[in-house]
Amino acid sequence: MLRVKTPQKARARRELEKRAPKLIETGKKTLILHGMKTSAVLNAVLSDIYHLKKESAVKFSRRNKDVCPFENGGETSLEFFSHQTDCSLFVYGSHTKKRPDNLVIGRMYDHHIYDLIEVGVENFKRMDSFSYDKKLSPRVGSKPFICFIGDGFDNVEELKHLKEVLLDLLRGEVVEKLNLAGLDRVYLCTATSSKKVFLTQCALRLKKSGTVVPRTELVEVGPSMDLVVRRHRLPNDSLRKEAMRVVRDQPKKDKNIQQDTLRGKVGKINIPDQKVDDTKYYHTKVGDSFVPNKTKGVKRERREAKLKKEEKEGTEHASKRQKEDAE
Amino acid sequence: METETQFQVDLGNLMAVDLHHQFHSIPSSREELVKECIAKGTELVQAIANNLFNLPSTEDIEGPLVKLPPPTTRLPREKHIPKPKPPTKWELFAKAKGIKNRKKDKIAYDESSETWKRRYGYDRANDEDNVPIIEAKMTDVPGEDPFAKRQQDKKKRVEKQDKNRLQNLKQAAKVGALPSHVQLAATRLPITGTQAAPQKVTKDELGDVAGIAATATASGGKFDKKLPGEKPGKHKGKYRTVCFLPVIGGKGIHTQEQEQTDKILNKLISKNSHEMLNVNKAVNMYNVKKDKKRNNRPEKSSATSSQLKPRKNLQKKPYNKGSSKPFDKGSKKPFNKGSKRPFNKGSSNKGRGK
Repeated sequence: MLRVKTPQKARARRELEKRAPKLIETGKKTLILHGMKTSAVLNAVLSDIYHLKKESAVKFSRRNKDVCPFENGGETSLEFFSHQTDCSLFVYGSHTKKRPDNLVIGRMYDHHIYDLIEVGVENFKRMDSFSYDKKLSPRVGSKPFICFIGDGFDNVEELKHLKEVLLDLLRGEVVEKLNLAGLDRVYLCTATSSKKVFLTQCALRLKKSGTVVPRTELVEVGPSMDLVVRRHRLPNDSLRKEAMRVVRDQPKKDKNIQQDTLRGKVGKINIPDQKVDDTKYYHTKVGDSFVPNKTKGVKRERREAKLKKEEKEGTEHASKRQKEDAE
Repeated sequence: METETQFQVDLGNLMAVDLHHQFHSIPSSREELVKECIAKGTELVQAIANNLFNLPSTEDIEGPLVKLPPPTTRLPREKHIPKPKPPTKWELFAKAKGIKNRKKDKIAYDESSETWKRRYGYDRANDEDNVPIIEAKMTDVPGEDPFAKRQQDKKKRVEKQDKNRLQNLKQAAKVGALPSHVQLAATRLPITGTQAAPQKVTKDELGDVAGIAATATASGGKFDKKLPGEKPGKHKGKYRTVCFLPVIGGKGIHTQEQEQTDKILNKLISKNSHEMLNVNKAVNMYNVKKDKKRNNRPEKSSATSSQLKPRKNLQKKPYNKGSSKPFDKGSKKPFNKGSKRPFNKGSSNKGRGK
């Protein structure tokens, strides 16, 4: 027996509708969580990332014993958290002797792990430690510029992956209309070596240049850090194909239909050939309907004889026609 | 323009990539590195800005609004593309028959009150259930309340609609196109004959039922396709590993079966050999032996004693029935037992004959 269960309150209904898969997705939420042990640096990193993404992030403040990405069975609770919070990006920080200041950035597809990349954090500088004109400080949720500098992002497999993940993490909401006055932040990612990426955030200052395009000036506002790539896991091909599917924006256009200002809707209809005298076919097609060309209920020998006869005639006809053409 | 060709710019993401930049020599101090990065970044941002500020913009109160092109860098989706909802049974029927949906006004004219009212819902126009008088018809069944009947009919219609809805939702669930706010929850089957409302099914019970369902095939669910996240069903009890041997058959095969049963029987008999004593029988035997011993001595006196009280024995139960406690009786009246029987029987028969 099945029972239809619908939310009792409209609020719950709206919440469920928000979580439902959408044709066009505008942004991903980020889950920020700690592992069993974290260092002071990592705590600061996680809280700074949370500040950067405050609009669309959920931060867990407790330690998570069961979460260990890259390991068998260490991802189930992560997937559960993703389902619970409706986040499809996660940043996980842990600190061990083998991998100090470890940051795992991963993406989810349908609340299952899509890909993972692990980076170590070095030379971290907090947001508070930068001194600049506070008027410049970026506002929460503003759309950032993202710059990737260095040939490593093209050559090295890991950095290529990191670039994609960082873009997904930092780009914010996908918008159609953008307010040019609200542009105030830039993320700079520079590949300094084949393993290391320097990441920082800058405030954007637009200065008058006399033309339509203003002159841009960057002021570092932090946080800044070096990311050293450690392990990474790419999605498998089938999952990637599934996740990369694109929705056709406009419905398929009907062929041969035009709008005419005078006559209104004008269509062109193609009528297929009427195979009336084609004896090769059992059924003759007239327009859309089929007409049987062979009578049923005749004895087999007669039927075959008739067919043979017709075939002969057919060939004769053809030869005759050719002759006529030749004439 | 040279710079623009050098960088890849994705306006939808406001992203610029410089894939050709190489550090001539990695700066020794951190400050120099940062400085260089920012200098390079400024160039890139300028390149984006050049494209961005040249887009056609509309003026708004808060600033110029620009319509961004869609992002060119492809990133994975967050969730799967929503599946199209399968048509309901009515939609299929309507399509086959060429029935088209006509829009109706929300408000209709109510003839009884001569006002405009809502078409549906509370206090609706031309509400059939809300009329004070129903005219009698020739077809009316005497003794039936037409008002109650209307109510009942309405209830039935609603039930039917609910059933249809559930069916359509089930079909949608099969394709995975259930509306986001709808869940199909399992309920316990109502026990026939009870009026108690079916309770909520617990997780364990559901698991049990699922396990039973999963193994309810000829192969015990061995070849069934497992659903994602489905756990192997809990199997209580043993599988039968021993095959059946033929009872009749060729040389020596059927003796195998016989041996098997013999073995089992022997085991059972030897196990219960100490319980093979039939207590009733043993007691009877004991009594008979005892009586015989006694009867050997006082044979003469028994006849007289039995003659003294014949009536009493008439109403007494026959000897066989009281076999459960013959020992006590025997001990109380040891003299009568054995000798009395034939006499009593004879006397009673005589009595009836009279």
